Amino acid sequence: MMDMLFKVFIEPFLFMVEAPDLLIQTLWEGLVSGVLYALIALGFVLIFKASGVFNFAQGIMVVFAALILVGLYEKGVPAFLALILAALAMLVLAMVVERVVLRPLVNQPDIILFMATFGLTYFLIGFGELIFGGSPREMITEQLFLPQGTTEIDAFGGSIRFQHLDIAAAIIASIMIGLLAVFFSKTRIGRALRAVADSHKAALSVGISLNQIWVIVWFAAGIVALVAGIMWGARSGVSFSLQIIALKALPVLILGGFTSIPGAIIGGLIIGIGEKIGEFYWGPLVGGGVETWLAYVIALLFLLYRPQGLFGEKIIERI
Amino acid sequence: MRAPDNPLLAKGDVLLAVDNVSLGFGGVKALTDVSFDIRKSEIRAIIGPNGAGKTSMLNCINGFYYPTEGRITFKGVKRPKMRPYEAARGGIARTFQNVALFKSMSTLDNIMAGRSIKMHSNFFWQLFRHGPAMKEEVEHRRFVEEIIDFLEIQHIRKTPVGRLPYGLQKRVELGRALAMEPELLLLDEPMAGMNLEEKEDMSRFILEVNQQYGTTIALIEHDMGVVMDLSDRVVVLEYGRKIADGTPAAVKGDQRVIDAYLGVAH
Repeated sequence: MMDMLFKVFIEPFLFMVEAPDLLIQTLWEGLVSGVLYALIALGFVLIFKASGVFNFAQGIMVVFAALILVGLYEKGVPAFLALILAALAMLVLAMVVERVVLRPLVNQPDIILFMATFGLTYFLIGFGELIFGGSPREMITEQLFLPQGTTEIDAFGGSIRFQHLDIAAAIIASIMIGLLAVFFSKTRIGRALRAVADSHKAALSVGISLNQIWVIVWFAAGIVALVAGIMWGARSGVSFSLQIIALKALPVLILGGFTSIPGAIIGGLIIGIGEKIGEFYWGPLVGGGVETWLAYVIALLFLLYRPQGLFGEKIIERI
Repeated sequence: MRAPDNPLLAKGDVLLAVDNVSLGFGGVKALTDVSFDIRKSEIRAIIGPNGAGKTSMLNCINGFYYPTEGRITFKGVKRPKMRPYEAARGGIARTFQNVALFKSMSTLDNIMAGRSIKMHSNFFWQLFRHGPAMKEEVEHRRFVEEIIDFLEIQHIRKTPVGRLPYGLQKRVELGRALAMEPELLLLDEPMAGMNLEEKEDMSRFILEVNQQYGTTIALIEHDMGVVMDLSDRVVVLEYGRKIADGTPAAVKGDQRVIDAYLGVAH
Protein backbone atom coordinates (compact mmCIF):
# COMPACT_ATOMS: atom_id res chain seq x y z
CA MET A 1 0.00 0.00 0.00
CA MET A 2 2.67 2.46 1.06
CA ASP A 3 4.59 1.39 -1.97
CA MET A 4 1.65 2.31 -4.23
CA LEU A 5 1.21 5.73 -2.61
CA PHE A 6 4.92 6.34 -3.00
CA LYS A 7 4.76 5.46 -6.68
CA VAL A 8 1.81 7.78 -7.29
CA PHE A 9 2.56 10.77 -5.12
CA ILE A 10 6.31 10.89 -4.55
CA GLU A 11 8.28 9.08 -7.18
CA PRO A 12 7.13 11.05 -10.26
CA PHE A 13 8.07 14.33 -8.59
CA LEU A 14 11.43 12.98 -7.52
CA PHE A 15 11.98 11.91 -11.09
CA MET A 16 11.10 15.43 -12.30
CA VAL A 17 13.71 16.94 -10.04
CA GLU A 18 16.31 14.32 -10.82
CA ALA A 19 16.03 14.68 -14.58
CA PRO A 20 15.02 18.27 -15.37
CA ASP A 21 15.97 17.80 -19.01
CA LEU A 22 13.22 15.21 -19.42
CA LEU A 23 10.78 17.47 -17.61
CA ILE A 24 11.52 20.36 -19.94
CA GLN A 25 11.29 18.10 -22.95
CA THR A 26 7.85 16.93 -21.79
CA LEU A 27 6.71 20.46 -21.03
CA TRP A 28 7.77 21.61 -24.47
CA GLU A 29 5.89 18.83 -26.21
CA GLY A 30 2.87 19.62 -24.08
CA LEU A 31 3.13 23.28 -24.94
CA VAL A 32 3.15 22.60 -28.66
CA SER A 33 0.11 20.38 -28.61
CA GLY A 34 -1.50 22.78 -26.13
CA VAL A 35 -1.16 25.72 -28.52
CA LEU A 36 -2.66 23.64 -31.31
CA TYR A 37 -5.57 22.55 -29.10
CA ALA A 38 -6.10 26.19 -28.19
CA LEU A 39 -6.23 27.11 -31.87
CA ILE A 40 -8.84 24.46 -32.60
CA ALA A 41 -10.83 25.41 -29.50
CA LEU A 42 -10.80 29.00 -30.73
CA GLY A 43 -12.60 27.88 -33.87
CA PHE A 44 -15.38 26.50 -31.67
CA VAL A 45 -15.49 29.59 -29.46
CA LEU A 46 -15.89 31.98 -32.40
CA ILE A 47 -18.87 30.15 -33.79
CA PHE A 48 -20.40 29.50 -30.40
CA LYS A 49 -20.17 33.15 -29.42
CA ALA A 50 -21.75 34.46 -32.59
CA SER A 51 -24.48 31.92 -33.17
CA GLY A 52 -24.79 29.87 -30.00
CA VAL A 53 -24.06 26.76 -32.03
CA PHE A 54 -21.65 24.09 -30.91
CA ASN A 55 -20.13 23.35 -34.27
CA PHE A 56 -19.60 19.62 -34.39
CA ALA A 57 -18.19 20.02 -37.91
CA GLN A 58 -15.10 21.90 -36.70
CA GLY A 59 -13.02 18.71 -36.72
CA ILE A 60 -13.96 17.72 -40.22
CA MET A 61 -13.32 21.29 -41.36
CA VAL A 62 -9.71 20.78 -40.26
CA VAL A 63 -9.46 17.63 -42.40
CA PHE A 64 -11.37 19.18 -45.29
CA ALA A 65 -9.16 22.28 -45.42
CA ALA A 66 -5.99 20.20 -45.28
CA LEU A 67 -7.31 17.82 -47.95
CA ILE A 68 -8.12 20.67 -50.32
CA LEU A 69 -4.62 22.05 -49.87
CA VAL A 70 -2.87 18.74 -50.44
CA GLY A 71 -5.30 17.65 -53.13
CA LEU A 72 -4.81 20.80 -55.16
CA TYR A 73 -1.05 20.47 -54.85
CA GLU A 74 -1.21 16.90 -56.11
CA LYS A 75 -3.21 18.12 -59.10
CA GLY A 76 -0.26 20.37 -59.99
CA VAL A 77 -1.23 23.66 -58.38
CA PRO A 78 1.78 25.48 -56.85
CA ALA A 79 1.86 25.14 -53.06
CA PHE A 80 1.17 28.77 -52.16
CA LEU A 81 -1.56 29.15 -54.76
CA ALA A 82 -3.11 26.00 -53.31
CA LEU A 83 -2.94 27.61 -49.88
CA ILE A 84 -4.82 30.68 -51.10
CA LEU A 85 -7.35 28.54 -52.94
CA ALA A 86 -7.89 26.44 -49.81
CA ALA A 87 -8.58 29.65 -47.86
CA LEU A 88 -11.04 30.73 -50.55
CA ALA A 89 -12.70 27.33 -50.36
CA MET A 90 -13.25 27.94 -46.63
CA LEU A 91 -14.87 31.27 -47.50
CA VAL A 92 -17.18 29.53 -49.95
CA LEU A 93 -17.96 26.91 -47.32
CA ALA A 94 -18.81 29.67 -44.81
CA MET A 95 -21.16 31.32 -47.30
CA VAL A 96 -22.85 28.05 -48.21
CA VAL A 97 -23.28 27.08 -44.55
CA GLU A 98 -24.81 30.48 -43.77
CA ARG A 99 -27.19 30.32 -46.73
CA VAL A 100 -28.17 26.65 -46.62
CA VAL A 101 -27.91 25.73 -42.94
CA LEU A 102 -28.02 28.76 -40.63
CA ARG A 103 -30.44 31.09 -42.37
CA PRO A 104 -33.29 28.58 -42.77
CA LEU A 105 -32.82 27.46 -39.17
CA VAL A 106 -32.68 30.90 -37.56
CA ASN A 107 -34.58 31.08 -34.25
CA GLN A 108 -34.73 27.30 -33.99
CA PRO A 109 -33.66 25.71 -30.71
CA ASP A 110 -29.90 25.25 -30.28
CA ILE A 111 -30.17 21.48 -30.40
CA ILE A 112 -31.53 21.66 -33.94
CA LEU A 113 -28.59 23.76 -35.08
CA PHE A 114 -26.27 21.35 -33.31
CA MET A 115 -27.81 18.43 -35.19
CA ALA A 116 -27.45 20.42 -38.40
CA THR A 117 -23.69 20.60 -37.79
CA PHE A 118 -23.73 16.79 -37.43
CA GLY A 119 -25.30 16.65 -40.85
CA LEU A 120 -22.67 19.04 -42.14
CA THR A 121 -19.94 16.78 -40.71
CA TYR A 122 -21.13 13.72 -42.58
CA PHE A 123 -21.73 15.72 -45.72
CA LEU A 124 -18.15 16.99 -45.63
CA ILE A 125 -16.79 13.49 -44.98
CA GLY A 126 -18.68 12.14 -47.98
CA PHE A 127 -17.87 15.11 -50.17
CA GLY A 128 -14.18 15.01 -49.23
CA GLU A 129 -13.93 11.28 -49.95
CA LEU A 130 -15.73 11.71 -53.24
CA ILE A 131 -13.27 14.30 -54.47
CA PHE A 132 -10.01 13.29 -52.86
CA GLY A 133 -10.52 9.64 -51.99
CA GLY A 134 -10.16 8.13 -48.55
CA SER A 135 -6.45 7.34 -48.49
CA PRO A 136 -4.18 9.22 -46.08
CA ARG A 137 -1.76 11.75 -47.50
CA GLU A 138 1.40 13.56 -46.59
CA MET A 139 1.16 17.26 -45.74
CA ILE A 140 3.20 19.36 -48.16
CA THR A 141 5.40 20.60 -45.36
CA GLU A 142 8.52 21.27 -47.43
CA GLN A 143 6.70 23.04 -50.24
CA LEU A 144 5.16 25.50 -47.76
CA PHE A 145 8.65 26.22 -46.43
CA LEU A 146 7.89 24.85 -43.01
CA PRO A 147 11.19 23.98 -41.36
CA GLN A 148 12.17 20.41 -40.69
CA GLY A 149 14.87 18.79 -38.65
CA THR A 150 15.70 19.14 -34.99
CA THR A 151 17.90 21.16 -32.74
CA GLU A 152 19.38 19.56 -29.68
CA ILE A 153 20.35 21.71 -26.76
CA ASP A 154 22.56 20.24 -24.09
CA ALA A 155 21.36 21.49 -20.76
CA PHE A 156 20.24 20.30 -17.34
CA GLY A 157 22.50 17.29 -17.49
CA GLY A 158 21.00 15.94 -20.68
CA SER A 159 19.90 17.07 -24.09
CA ILE A 160 16.57 18.56 -25.06
CA ARG A 161 15.30 18.11 -28.60
CA PHE A 162 13.30 20.80 -30.33
CA GLN A 163 11.72 19.82 -33.64
CA HIS A 164 11.81 22.82 -35.94
CA LEU A 165 8.32 22.01 -37.14
CA ASP A 166 7.05 22.19 -33.56
CA ILE A 167 8.70 25.56 -33.06
CA ALA A 168 7.10 26.86 -36.25
CA ALA A 169 3.72 25.41 -35.23
CA ALA A 170 3.87 27.06 -31.82
CA ILE A 171 4.84 30.42 -33.30
CA ILE A 172 2.29 30.42 -36.11
CA ALA A 173 -0.52 29.24 -33.87
CA SER A 174 0.36 31.88 -31.27
CA ILE A 175 0.30 34.62 -33.91
CA MET A 176 -3.06 33.40 -35.20
CA ILE A 177 -4.50 33.31 -31.70
CA GLY A 178 -3.14 36.78 -30.94
CA LEU A 179 -4.57 38.28 -34.13
CA LEU A 180 -7.96 36.70 -33.60
CA ALA A 181 -8.08 37.79 -29.97
CA VAL A 182 -7.33 41.41 -30.86
CA PHE A 183 -9.60 41.37 -33.86
CA PHE A 184 -12.58 40.10 -31.92
CA SER A 185 -12.14 42.33 -28.92
CA LYS A 186 -10.99 45.65 -30.31
CA THR A 187 -12.46 46.26 -33.74
CA ARG A 188 -15.83 47.15 -35.23
CA ILE A 189 -16.46 43.66 -36.54
CA GLY A 190 -15.32 42.21 -33.23
CA ARG A 191 -17.72 44.47 -31.39
CA ALA A 192 -20.48 43.45 -33.78
CA LEU A 193 -19.66 39.81 -33.08
CA ARG A 194 -19.93 40.28 -29.34
CA ALA A 195 -23.10 42.28 -29.88
CA VAL A 196 -24.66 39.41 -31.82
CA ALA A 197 -23.60 37.02 -29.07
CA ASP A 198 -25.43 39.14 -26.47
CA SER A 199 -28.68 40.00 -28.21
CA HIS A 200 -29.83 39.26 -31.74
CA LYS A 201 -32.63 41.82 -31.81
CA ALA A 202 -30.52 44.63 -30.39
CA ALA A 203 -27.77 43.82 -32.89
CA LEU A 204 -30.27 43.97 -35.73
CA SER A 205 -31.62 47.28 -34.47
CA VAL A 206 -28.22 48.97 -34.70
CA GLY A 207 -27.72 47.82 -38.27
CA ILE A 208 -25.64 44.68 -37.78
CA SER A 209 -26.48 42.00 -40.31
CA LEU A 210 -26.56 38.60 -38.63
CA ASN A 211 -25.92 36.89 -41.96
CA GLN A 212 -22.71 38.85 -42.55
CA ILE A 213 -21.46 38.13 -39.05
CA TRP A 214 -22.17 34.43 -39.48
CA VAL A 215 -20.21 34.31 -42.72
CA ILE A 216 -17.31 36.13 -41.05
CA VAL A 217 -17.10 33.82 -38.04
CA TRP A 218 -17.47 30.67 -40.11
CA PHE A 219 -14.77 31.95 -42.41
CA ALA A 220 -12.53 32.75 -39.44
CA ALA A 221 -13.20 29.26 -38.07
CA GLY A 222 -12.38 27.87 -41.52
CA ILE A 223 -9.03 29.67 -41.58
CA VAL A 224 -8.30 28.39 -38.09
CA ALA A 225 -9.16 24.92 -39.36
CA LEU A 226 -6.82 25.34 -42.32
CA VAL A 227 -3.89 26.38 -40.12
CA ALA A 228 -4.62 23.62 -37.63
CA GLY A 229 -4.88 21.16 -40.50
CA ILE A 230 -1.48 22.14 -41.88
CA MET A 231 0.23 21.97 -38.51
CA TRP A 232 -1.40 18.79 -37.32
CA GLY A 233 -1.20 17.23 -40.76
CA ALA A 234 2.53 17.90 -40.82
CA ARG A 235 2.92 15.94 -37.60
CA SER A 236 0.66 12.99 -38.24
CA GLY A 237 -0.43 13.03 -41.88
CA VAL A 238 -3.67 14.12 -43.47
CA SER A 239 -6.48 11.62 -43.08
CA PHE A 240 -10.05 11.55 -41.90
CA SER A 241 -8.93 10.27 -38.51
CA LEU A 242 -7.47 13.74 -37.96
CA GLN A 243 -10.93 14.97 -37.06
CA ILE A 244 -10.74 13.34 -33.64
CA ILE A 245 -8.38 16.09 -32.52
CA ALA A 246 -11.48 18.27 -32.56
CA LEU A 247 -12.84 16.07 -29.79
CA LYS A 248 -9.75 17.02 -27.79
CA ALA A 249 -10.94 20.59 -28.05
CA LEU A 250 -14.04 19.64 -26.09
CA PRO A 251 -12.29 19.30 -22.70
CA VAL A 252 -10.39 22.48 -23.55
CA LEU A 253 -13.71 24.27 -23.95
CA ILE A 254 -15.11 22.85 -20.75
CA LEU A 255 -12.02 24.10 -18.95
CA GLY A 256 -11.92 27.50 -20.56
CA GLY A 257 -15.61 28.19 -20.98
CA PHE A 258 -17.39 28.10 -24.32
CA THR A 259 -17.46 31.86 -24.74
CA SER A 260 -14.00 32.93 -23.67
CA ILE A 261 -11.04 33.45 -25.98
CA PRO A 262 -8.46 33.66 -23.14
CA GLY A 263 -10.18 30.58 -21.70
CA ALA A 264 -9.57 28.64 -24.90
CA ILE A 265 -5.89 29.57 -24.81
CA ILE A 266 -5.30 28.72 -21.14
CA GLY A 267 -7.49 25.64 -21.37
CA GLY A 268 -5.55 24.42 -24.40
CA LEU A 269 -2.25 24.81 -22.59
CA ILE A 270 -3.49 23.06 -19.45
CA ILE A 271 -4.84 20.12 -21.43
CA GLY A 272 -1.79 19.91 -23.73
CA ILE A 273 0.77 20.06 -20.96
CA GLY A 274 -1.29 18.02 -18.47
CA GLU A 275 -1.68 15.25 -21.00
CA LYS A 276 2.02 14.93 -21.79
CA ILE A 277 3.09 15.16 -18.16
CA GLY A 278 0.47 12.62 -17.17
CA GLU A 279 1.52 10.24 -19.92
CA PHE A 280 5.22 10.50 -19.23
CA TYR A 281 5.25 10.39 -15.44
CA TRP A 282 2.12 8.51 -14.44
CA GLY A 283 1.45 6.57 -17.63
CA PRO A 284 3.77 3.64 -16.80
CA LEU A 285 1.85 2.99 -13.56
CA VAL A 286 -1.30 2.06 -15.47
CA GLY A 287 0.41 0.62 -18.50
CA GLY A 288 0.41 3.79 -20.62
CA GLY A 289 -2.31 5.31 -22.77
CA VAL A 290 -3.05 8.07 -20.28
CA GLU A 291 -2.88 10.68 -23.04
CA THR A 292 -6.08 9.47 -24.64
CA TRP A 293 -8.33 9.91 -21.62
CA LEU A 294 -6.67 12.28 -19.15
CA ALA A 295 -8.09 15.40 -20.83
CA TYR A 296 -11.63 14.12 -20.37
CA VAL A 297 -11.06 13.29 -16.71
CA ILE A 298 -9.72 16.79 -16.10
CA ALA A 299 -12.79 18.18 -17.87
CA LEU A 300 -15.07 16.00 -15.75
CA LEU A 301 -13.50 17.32 -12.55
CA PHE A 302 -14.01 20.85 -13.83
CA LEU A 303 -17.64 20.16 -14.60
CA LEU A 304 -18.15 19.13 -10.99
CA TYR A 305 -16.58 22.20 -9.44
CA ARG A 306 -16.77 24.99 -12.00
CA PRO A 307 -19.29 24.21 -14.71
CA GLN A 308 -18.97 27.60 -16.37
CA GLY A 309 -15.26 27.01 -16.96
CA LEU A 310 -12.29 29.12 -15.94
CA PHE A 311 -13.38 32.27 -17.74
CA GLY A 312 -16.91 31.48 -18.83
CA GLU A 313 -19.71 33.79 -17.88
CA LYS A 314 -21.17 32.76 -14.57
CA ILE A 315 -24.86 32.22 -14.90
CA ILE A 316 -26.57 34.46 -12.40
CA GLU A 317 -30.27 34.99 -12.72
CA ARG A 318 -31.77 38.11 -11.24
CA ILE A 319 -34.97 37.33 -9.48
CA MET B 1 -44.10 65.37 -50.71
CA ARG B 2 -40.66 65.85 -52.13
CA ALA B 3 -39.05 63.68 -54.72
CA PRO B 4 -37.15 60.70 -53.35
CA ASP B 5 -33.90 61.95 -54.86
CA ASN B 6 -33.96 64.84 -52.44
CA PRO B 7 -33.66 63.33 -48.99
CA LEU B 8 -33.34 66.67 -47.22
CA LEU B 9 -36.76 67.23 -45.79
CA ALA B 10 -37.80 70.47 -44.18
CA LYS B 11 -39.37 70.58 -40.75
CA GLY B 12 -42.98 69.55 -40.99
CA ASP B 13 -42.66 67.45 -44.16
CA VAL B 14 -43.88 63.89 -43.94
CA LEU B 15 -40.89 61.71 -42.99
CA LEU B 16 -42.70 58.42 -42.66
CA ALA B 17 -46.20 57.53 -43.75
CA VAL B 18 -48.11 54.46 -42.66
CA ASP B 19 -50.93 53.67 -45.06
CA ASN B 20 -53.67 51.15 -44.31
CA VAL B 21 -51.28 48.83 -42.55
CA SER B 22 -52.61 45.52 -41.26
CA LEU B 23 -50.57 42.88 -39.52
CA GLY B 24 -51.74 39.38 -38.68
CA PHE B 25 -50.14 36.38 -37.04
CA GLY B 26 -52.13 33.39 -38.19
CA GLY B 27 -55.64 34.16 -37.00
CA VAL B 28 -54.66 36.96 -34.65
CA LYS B 29 -54.86 40.45 -36.01
CA ALA B 30 -52.39 42.76 -34.29
CA LEU B 31 -53.08 45.77 -36.52
CA THR B 32 -56.05 46.55 -38.72
CA ASP B 33 -56.01 49.22 -41.38
CA VAL B 34 -53.88 51.74 -39.50
CA SER B 35 -52.85 54.98 -41.23
CA PHE B 36 -50.91 57.90 -39.85
CA ASP B 37 -47.81 59.89 -40.61
CA ILE B 38 -44.74 61.10 -38.78
CA ARG B 39 -43.47 64.53 -39.76
CA LYS B 40 -39.91 65.77 -39.80
CA SER B 41 -38.64 67.02 -36.42
CA GLU B 42 -41.81 66.32 -34.45
CA ILE B 43 -42.31 64.18 -31.39
CA ARG B 44 -45.07 61.76 -32.22
CA ALA B 45 -46.59 59.68 -29.45
CA ILE B 46 -48.30 56.35 -30.00
CA ILE B 47 -50.56 55.49 -27.08
CA GLY B 48 -53.23 52.97 -26.28
CA PRO B 49 -54.22 50.37 -23.70
CA ASN B 50 -52.17 47.17 -23.30
CA GLY B 51 -52.34 44.96 -26.36
CA ALA B 52 -53.41 47.80 -28.62
CA GLY B 53 -50.66 46.99 -31.14
CA LYS B 54 -48.27 49.85 -30.34
CA THR B 55 -45.10 47.76 -30.25
CA SER B 56 -46.26 45.81 -33.31
CA MET B 57 -46.50 49.15 -35.08
CA LEU B 58 -42.91 50.04 -34.14
CA ASN B 59 -41.77 46.57 -35.20
CA CYS B 60 -43.33 47.17 -38.61
CA ILE B 61 -41.61 50.53 -38.93
CA ASN B 62 -38.14 49.20 -38.18
CA GLY B 63 -38.50 45.99 -40.15
CA PHE B 64 -38.85 43.33 -37.44
CA TYR B 65 -42.29 42.63 -38.90
CA TYR B 66 -43.53 43.15 -42.40
CA PRO B 67 -47.14 44.36 -42.71
CA THR B 68 -49.50 41.78 -44.21
CA GLU B 69 -51.35 44.60 -45.95
CA GLY B 70 -50.77 48.28 -46.59
CA ARG B 71 -47.51 50.07 -47.05
CA ILE B 72 -44.96 52.18 -45.24
CA THR B 73 -43.31 55.09 -47.02
CA PHE B 74 -40.06 56.46 -45.62
CA LYS B 75 -38.59 59.69 -46.99
CA GLY B 76 -40.99 59.53 -49.91
CA VAL B 77 -39.94 56.03 -50.97
CA LYS B 78 -42.23 53.06 -50.57
CA ARG B 79 -40.37 50.58 -48.47
CA PRO B 80 -39.70 47.20 -49.95
CA LYS B 81 -39.77 44.20 -47.67
CA MET B 82 -36.77 45.04 -45.53
CA ARG B 83 -34.77 43.57 -42.72
CA PRO B 84 -34.16 45.46 -39.47
CA TYR B 85 -30.49 46.11 -40.25
CA GLU B 86 -31.50 47.65 -43.55
CA ALA B 87 -33.94 49.94 -41.74
CA ALA B 88 -31.12 50.82 -39.35
CA ARG B 89 -28.81 51.69 -42.22
CA GLY B 90 -31.61 53.78 -43.72
CA GLY B 91 -31.70 55.96 -40.61
CA ILE B 92 -34.19 54.36 -38.24
CA ALA B 93 -32.96 53.69 -34.71
CA ARG B 94 -34.93 52.28 -31.81
CA THR B 95 -34.98 51.27 -28.19
CA PHE B 96 -36.91 48.36 -26.73
CA GLN B 97 -39.66 47.96 -24.18
CA ASN B 98 -37.59 45.48 -22.17
CA VAL B 99 -34.12 46.92 -22.56
CA ALA B 100 -32.13 45.02 -25.19
CA LEU B 101 -28.49 45.85 -24.53
CA PHE B 102 -25.27 43.93 -25.07
CA LYS B 103 -25.06 42.97 -21.42
CA SER B 104 -21.50 41.74 -21.21
CA MET B 105 -20.12 44.82 -22.99
CA SER B 106 -19.27 48.15 -21.37
CA THR B 107 -21.38 51.28 -21.78
CA LEU B 108 -18.76 52.63 -24.15
CA ASP B 109 -18.75 49.49 -26.31
CA ASN B 110 -22.54 49.40 -26.38
CA ILE B 111 -22.69 52.92 -27.73
CA MET B 112 -19.77 52.26 -30.08
CA ALA B 113 -21.79 49.31 -31.45
CA GLY B 114 -24.37 51.90 -32.46
CA ARG B 115 -21.68 53.47 -34.63
CA SER B 116 -21.15 50.23 -36.59
CA ILE B 117 -23.16 51.46 -39.55
CA LYS B 118 -21.06 54.61 -39.79
CA MET B 119 -17.74 52.75 -39.90
CA HIS B 120 -16.42 51.42 -43.16
CA SER B 121 -12.77 50.47 -42.86
CA ASN B 122 -12.14 47.05 -44.30
CA PHE B 123 -11.46 43.72 -42.77
CA PHE B 124 -7.74 43.78 -43.45
CA TRP B 125 -6.99 47.05 -41.65
CA GLN B 126 -9.21 46.05 -38.79
CA LEU B 127 -7.34 42.81 -38.40
CA PHE B 128 -4.20 44.77 -37.69
CA ARG B 129 -5.93 47.68 -35.98
CA HIS B 130 -3.88 50.06 -37.99
CA GLY B 131 -4.06 52.77 -40.66
CA PRO B 132 -7.60 53.80 -41.64
CA ALA B 133 -9.18 51.48 -39.10
CA MET B 134 -7.38 53.15 -36.20
CA LYS B 135 -8.16 56.65 -37.43
CA GLU B 136 -11.80 55.76 -37.84
CA GLU B 137 -11.95 54.20 -34.41
CA VAL B 138 -10.59 57.38 -32.81
CA GLU B 139 -12.96 59.62 -34.75
CA HIS B 140 -16.03 57.67 -33.73
CA ARG B 141 -14.83 57.37 -30.20
CA ARG B 142 -14.91 61.17 -30.00
CA PHE B 143 -18.51 61.25 -31.16
CA VAL B 144 -19.47 58.58 -28.65
CA GLU B 145 -17.82 60.52 -25.82
CA GLU B 146 -20.05 63.48 -26.74
CA ILE B 147 -23.11 61.31 -26.38
CA ILE B 148 -21.85 60.00 -23.05
CA ASP B 149 -21.40 63.57 -21.82
CA PHE B 150 -24.80 64.55 -23.11
CA LEU B 151 -26.53 61.70 -21.28
CA GLU B 152 -24.47 62.28 -18.14
CA ILE B 153 -23.21 58.71 -17.94
CA GLN B 154 -19.44 59.41 -17.77
CA HIS B 155 -19.17 57.55 -14.46
CA ILE B 156 -20.36 54.25 -15.93
CA ARG B 157 -18.36 54.43 -19.14
CA LYS B 158 -16.43 51.21 -18.47
CA THR B 159 -19.06 49.28 -16.51
CA PRO B 160 -20.57 46.20 -18.15
CA VAL B 161 -24.15 47.29 -18.70
CA GLY B 162 -25.60 44.09 -17.27
CA ARG B 163 -24.61 45.37 -13.84
CA LEU B 164 -26.29 48.76 -14.16
CA PRO B 165 -29.62 49.61 -12.58
CA TYR B 166 -32.59 49.64 -14.92
CA GLY B 167 -32.87 53.42 -15.26
CA LEU B 168 -29.26 53.74 -16.40
CA GLN B 169 -29.63 50.82 -18.79
CA LYS B 170 -32.46 52.67 -20.50
CA ARG B 171 -30.21 55.68 -20.78
CA VAL B 172 -27.40 53.64 -22.33
CA GLU B 173 -29.89 52.18 -24.77
CA LEU B 174 -30.93 55.69 -25.77
CA GLY B 175 -27.24 56.54 -26.21
CA ARG B 176 -26.74 53.57 -28.49
CA ALA B 177 -29.67 54.67 -30.65
CA LEU B 178 -28.36 58.25 -30.74
CA ALA B 179 -24.94 57.02 -31.87
CA MET B 180 -26.58 55.96 -35.11
CA GLU B 181 -27.45 59.63 -35.79
CA PRO B 182 -30.91 58.47 -36.81
CA GLU B 183 -33.40 60.46 -38.82
CA LEU B 184 -36.20 58.69 -37.05
CA LEU B 185 -35.83 57.56 -33.46
CA LEU B 186 -38.33 55.02 -32.15
CA LEU B 187 -38.64 54.80 -28.38
CA ASP B 188 -40.66 51.94 -26.94
CA GLU B 189 -41.73 52.99 -23.45
CA PRO B 190 -38.56 54.93 -22.63
CA MET B 191 -39.81 55.65 -19.13
CA ALA B 192 -41.34 52.34 -18.12
CA GLY B 193 -40.37 51.32 -14.61
CA MET B 194 -38.60 54.57 -13.78
CA ASN B 195 -39.04 56.75 -10.73
CA LEU B 196 -40.11 60.37 -11.01
CA GLU B 197 -36.60 61.79 -11.07
CA GLU B 198 -35.45 59.34 -13.75
CA LYS B 199 -38.53 60.15 -15.80
CA GLU B 200 -37.75 63.85 -15.63
CA ASP B 201 -34.16 63.23 -16.75
CA MET B 202 -35.30 61.04 -19.62
CA SER B 203 -37.92 63.60 -20.70
CA ARG B 204 -35.24 66.26 -20.72
CA PHE B 205 -32.94 64.13 -22.89
CA ILE B 206 -35.73 63.39 -25.35
CA LEU B 207 -36.66 67.04 -25.66
CA GLU B 208 -33.05 68.11 -26.07
CA VAL B 209 -32.35 65.52 -28.76
CA ASN B 210 -35.43 66.73 -30.58
CA GLN B 211 -34.63 70.41 -30.26
CA GLN B 212 -30.84 70.41 -30.68
CA TYR B 213 -30.52 67.92 -33.51
CA GLY B 214 -34.00 68.14 -34.98
CA THR B 215 -34.33 64.36 -34.66
CA THR B 216 -37.79 63.06 -35.39
CA ILE B 217 -39.03 60.91 -32.53
CA ALA B 218 -41.87 58.42 -32.31
CA LEU B 219 -42.50 57.17 -28.81
CA ILE B 220 -44.77 54.77 -27.04
CA GLU B 221 -45.54 55.77 -23.49
CA HIS B 222 -48.08 54.93 -20.82
CA ASP B 223 -47.51 57.92 -18.55
CA MET B 224 -50.13 60.38 -19.80
CA GLY B 225 -48.46 63.35 -18.14
CA VAL B 226 -45.26 62.65 -20.07
CA VAL B 227 -47.12 62.15 -23.34
CA MET B 228 -49.04 65.41 -22.96
CA ASP B 229 -45.90 67.37 -22.10
CA LEU B 230 -43.55 65.96 -24.71
CA SER B 231 -45.45 65.20 -27.84
CA ASP B 232 -46.54 67.41 -30.70
CA ARG B 233 -49.11 64.95 -31.96
CA VAL B 234 -50.60 61.74 -30.62
CA VAL B 235 -52.03 58.70 -32.35
CA VAL B 236 -54.24 56.42 -30.26
CA LEU B 237 -54.62 52.70 -30.96
CA GLU B 238 -57.10 50.27 -29.47
CA TYR B 239 -57.35 46.58 -30.41
CA GLY B 240 -55.10 47.22 -33.40
CA ARG B 241 -57.21 50.03 -34.84
CA LYS B 242 -56.60 53.74 -34.83
CA ILE B 243 -59.25 55.53 -32.78
CA ALA B 244 -57.86 59.05 -32.60
CA ASP B 245 -55.09 61.21 -34.04
CA GLY B 246 -54.26 64.81 -33.23
CA THR B 247 -52.74 67.23 -30.76
CA PRO B 248 -52.47 66.05 -27.14
CA ALA B 249 -55.28 68.40 -26.09
CA ALA B 250 -57.64 67.21 -28.82
CA VAL B 251 -56.92 63.54 -28.14
CA LYS B 252 -57.39 64.00 -24.42
CA GLY B 253 -60.91 65.32 -24.95
CA ASP B 254 -61.90 62.65 -27.49
CA GLN B 255 -64.77 60.54 -26.20
CA ARG B 256 -63.50 57.30 -27.82
CA VAL B 257 -60.13 57.74 -26.16
CA ILE B 258 -61.71 58.33 -22.78
CA ASP B 259 -63.83 55.19 -23.28
CA ALA B 260 -60.84 53.14 -24.32
CA TYR B 261 -58.89 54.09 -21.24
CA LEU B 262 -61.63 54.20 -18.65
CA GLY B 263 -63.84 51.49 -20.06
CA VAL B 264 -67.41 52.05 -21.07
CA ALA B 265 -70.64 50.63 -19.74
CA HIS B 266 -72.18 48.13 -22.14
